[in-house]
Amino acid sequence: MSEARQQQSKGRQLAIYGAIAVAAIAGPFLFPAFQVQLTLLWIMVVFALTWDTLGGQMGYNSFGNILFFGLGMYTTAVLQVGLFGDVASYNAAKGGDPLTLTTAQYFIGLGVGLVVASVLAVAAAAIIGFGLLGLRGQYFAIGTLGLGIAAAEIAAGWEYIGAGSGMVPPLPPGEIEKGLLYYFLAFLLAVATFFTLRRIYQGRFGLALNAIRDDEDKAEAMGLHTTRYKAVAWCIAAFFLGIAGGIVGNLLGFIDPRYVAFAGATYGVWMVLMAVLGGKGTLWGPVIGAVVFHATQETLWTYIDEWNRVVLGLLIVVIVVFLPQGILGFLRERFPERFGYKVDPKDGGGSADPAEDSGKPASEAAR
Amino acid sequence: MLDNLLLLVDAPALAVQLVIEGLLVGAIFALTAYGMAMVWGVMKIINLVQGEWVMLGGFLAFTVAQYGAPPLLGIPVAAIVLFAIGWLVYQTIIFRIVDRDLFTSILATFGLLILFQQLMNQVFGFEVKTLDSGMGSWFMADGLISISQIKVVGFVMAAVIAVILTIFMRRSRMGQAIRATAQDARAARILGIDTDKVYAFTYGLNAAICGAAGAIVVMAFTIHPYQGLIYTVRSFTVVVIAGLGNLPGVIASAFGLGVAEQYAGFTLGAEYQNAFVFILLVVILVARSFKLKRERKYLK
Repeated sequence: MSEARQQQSKGRQLAIYGAIAVAAIAGPFLFPAFQVQLTLLWIMVVFALTWDTLGGQMGYNSFGNILFFGLGMYTTAVLQVGLFGDVASYNAAKGGDPLTLTTAQYFIGLGVGLVVASVLAVAAAAIIGFGLLGLRGQYFAIGTLGLGIAAAEIAAGWEYIGAGSGMVPPLPPGEIEKGLLYYFLAFLLAVATFFTLRRIYQGRFGLALNAIRDDEDKAEAMGLHTTRYKAVAWCIAAFFLGIAGGIVGNLLGFIDPRYVAFAGATYGVWMVLMAVLGGKGTLWGPVIGAVVFHATQETLWTYIDEWNRVVLGLLIVVIVVFLPQGILGFLRERFPERFGYKVDPKDGGGSADPAEDSGKPASEAAR
Repeated sequence: MLDNLLLLVDAPALAVQLVIEGLLVGAIFALTAYGMAMVWGVMKIINLVQGEWVMLGGFLAFTVAQYGAPPLLGIPVAAIVLFAIGWLVYQTIIFRIVDRDLFTSILATFGLLILFQQLMNQVFGFEVKTLDSGMGSWFMADGLISISQIKVVGFVMAAVIAVILTIFMRRSRMGQAIRATAQDARAARILGIDTDKVYAFTYGLNAAICGAAGAIVVMAFTIHPYQGLIYTVRSFTVVVIAGLGNLPGVIASAFGLGVAEQYAGFTLGAEYQNAFVFILLVVILVARSFKLKRERKYLK
């Protein structure tokens, strides 16, 4: 790529980031009625990005990522209460005896809760991953199938955290704008996730993940400690998911073990669908998938309310079978020049696979 | 939890009861695991929809019985309808992913799992369903051991299906073609076997086996739309323990799983039975991978 073009693409990139940042910051003020939905949008972005770390970049389909989300949610709530009160009696009262916190206490509780949540999620990923990620992809995938459900059953039977009837995180004191606080926390989390993963994918670590996806035996023969790489990748995903859980628990104000915390049938499936929809194995794909999915879900899905989960399953099948590269992969194949693949042989160099296969007709059509 | 364990020691009859219950339910696991091993071995696809076929078979048998047909008629009806559904799913979706990598097949069948699970949830409702057979129980050891007759009937039915299957796989042309394709698909194609037809038939046959198993489940146990996944995991666990193409192994480990589940359900409490099944699978997988790692091998 020539210098001028590089500058140009860098400028364009900055413009895109700037536009997104402006829209994101202005969003909750312009549409205060949609604050919760907008917050969830950023959470969805985190879901899709973290799922893609294993599912797309590494080729390990994980159906149990929701475990870390629920773990983070419960940890945060328990710490928020436990630092200033008694968790068992708080949960036994079922919201009858609300904990009143001062502003300082609330922020200390939330901060400590989120940090410990992320640490615990990483620890869980390390412990489970050390065992499960020694396995090859298909065994790993099925081993994770039941993780969320098992966790939900255990949480639903545990009196200390409110058992089956769930738990209510403490309410913020009156002067805090709860909606805005969690919106910006979620936004920051999404940004942090995006740039962390971008940095990782650009470096040696990302190459190692891709090598594991392409041929694990060869990667191992080249001297990569594959299990270690896989476990670290899962830990990174768990870190962000744990924080996301803490945020969502407080945002929704109610934690149900089966339908909010370890919600395998909703969040757990959406993660997979969003990443696959956008284009797995890419950086922007999951982001696009999350935005498209969340927007459609919030607007159209109310009309097919009861049947939306059926459509969900159908969508996964259709995308996986007919559009395996997702939206971004499709666009990349259709408009290779837009993605920096040079198509004209006179320009020389820079030819990547998509450009050689289908680039020519597209570029001629463009001119 | 400890009290329950001590109770087992104090009353050995209870322990015997759990073993019997475990063996009776284990027959169902053996059937579904056999189907899963067949699809896996022949088509190299891990079929996550397995459990949903079981539930679908159960719901079909339930519906048939609602119209006044004798409950046992549900078994062949479920088998035939499920064969058709399995064949249809193959012709529309599965044939496109047979040659693709395992990740694709897992993701696609995961999508099918969600699809059928939610479809049943919508069509048949969220309630736990079971057929009232009107049969009683046999009592032994002063009533400490009770064996419900319908479960025994279900066990016998499962055995009959297994025998028919074994004869079919040994004797019939299609059965031989399936086994040949499992051994080497390319060689089978060279020898004139239409492997596409074999795949379609295998996939349909697997669905039919599961459907029949489901029809037994609805008679002897209960069904629920969300119970499908756990049957998938059970079949997978059994296949992992037994290995592919090992019928005695499948039967033995299915019985073992059934008994282990009964004991876990009794000692930990029935609400943790599903969690136990999932965690057992993880433990077995991890234990096997550590064992293999010492020989620098891995589960393939």
